[in-house]
Amino acid sequence: MTGEGWVRACEVEDIELEDVIRFDHAGRTFAIYRSPDDTFHATDGLCTHERAQLAEGLVMGDIIECPKHNGRFDYKTGEVKRRPACVDLRIYPVSVEGSAVFVQLG
Amino acid sequence: MTTTIERDYSLIGSDSDRAQEQGLVAAEWYHTEIPRKRMKALMQRRDGPAIRDTVIWLALLALTGFGGYWFWGTWACVPFFIAYGVLYGSVSDSRWHESGHGTAFKTQWLNDALYQFASFMNMKEPTLWRWSHARHHTDTIIVGRDREILAMRPPDALRLVVNVLGIRDAIDVVVSVVRHAAGRLTAEEVTFIPESEQHRVYNEARAWIAVYLVVIALAITLGTFLPLMYIGLPSLYGRWLAHYFAFTQHAGLAENVLDHRLNSRTVYMNPVLRFLYWNMNYHIEHHMFPMVPYHALPGLHAELREDLPVPCRSTIAAYREILPALLRQLRDPEYYIRRELPPSAKPFRPDLHQVVFEGSPQP
Repeated sequence: MTGEGWVRACEVEDIELEDVIRFDHAGRTFAIYRSPDDTFHATDGLCTHERAQLAEGLVMGDIIECPKHNGRFDYKTGEVKRRPACVDLRIYPVSVEGSAVFVQLG
Repeated sequence: MTTTIERDYSLIGSDSDRAQEQGLVAAEWYHTEIPRKRMKALMQRRDGPAIRDTVIWLALLALTGFGGYWFWGTWACVPFFIAYGVLYGSVSDSRWHESGHGTAFKTQWLNDALYQFASFMNMKEPTLWRWSHARHHTDTIIVGRDREILAMRPPDALRLVVNVLGIRDAIDVVVSVVRHAAGRLTAEEVTFIPESEQHRVYNEARAWIAVYLVVIALAITLGTFLPLMYIGLPSLYGRWLAHYFAFTQHAGLAENVLDHRLNSRTVYMNPVLRFLYWNMNYHIEHHMFPMVPYHALPGLHAELREDLPVPCRSTIAAYREILPALLRQLRDPEYYIRRELPPSAKPFRPDLHQVVFEGSPQP
């Protein structure tokens, strides 16, 4: 994958369907998701409420639930779906090439 | 010889600043490592168990409520209202709690509906307590941060006794609801309820007042306080079991530690009590992993058992350690129950724990 800001995050098989993993890069933390319909997505890794690691949470369809206070986000759009989270998550473009998952962080 | 330190449990006092300075605010807490696959299985949401339990609960409310009505005016109504009161004023507490976490049902609107319903029965203003409880999970039993500490040091014995029937809670709630209906929050509440949520607090308070006014008007019109026996009063006369359960959660244990194994208590209960309490007797487990629904807590307990202190064998066993501890704290606020961890477990951040444990007398 070439182009500005694209970073190889993981392999396709690193993430189960309907799950999430943590990806750290350049001192920042991200969450990489694999949806039930086998699409890949990326958001900031920390909950906007109290900065818990979202990769320890539960993926339910298009929703990621924070493991600490059960706030929810749509990980495809970043939109808050349940309090106590009040601020949307930042999302990042994702591309799959062969067996690799790339995220555009730039 | 130990020095007694006066504690300030308010959220805007000196201990709030001290907690911040000591790194106790929104800190990283100990949690046992569980394989991701197993954790995912434990976190899975289902509608079935909570629908079943809620139907049973509502049916019992209807049956006991009808019995109270049928025998009204005779002594035979008393056992029915005792049962109705517990179902209304105490069982609602565990339903409020689980739906507030969004873990009771898989379907979100069912959680939201149960949350509003149970909050009202339980005298917990929904939005206020949603944020209060989020803080309780962030800073569990951190002095100056957690407003849900029931047994402070030294304990307020009079308040604790009077509150068996929820009298102190009721007075606080009346004052609070009137204040909120007038569009005002306290200085403490402003510290944990975001501005964007404050209008909800005001609107909920106004709705509650409207409901209570309707019930009171109905009682006056009918010339009987029977309507209040169903809505309002059971939050008081049926509250005792919620308090009985609640004290087992943290009372007498350590403050200002970053390890739920040291400040929370797991208590074994029989299936009836676990139904009424929705498995919150697995309280260390709940705090360590709040996204695990109540019906999966026994399974989580089995995963964590080797890393936890030995659970209390019953609520009576729990009170055998709680009551002497609270009595001792009346004259010695530095005393607390020091939990022994299994030999394989390591205390998390022993540097912080050392500060807390230094000089603490033991039985």
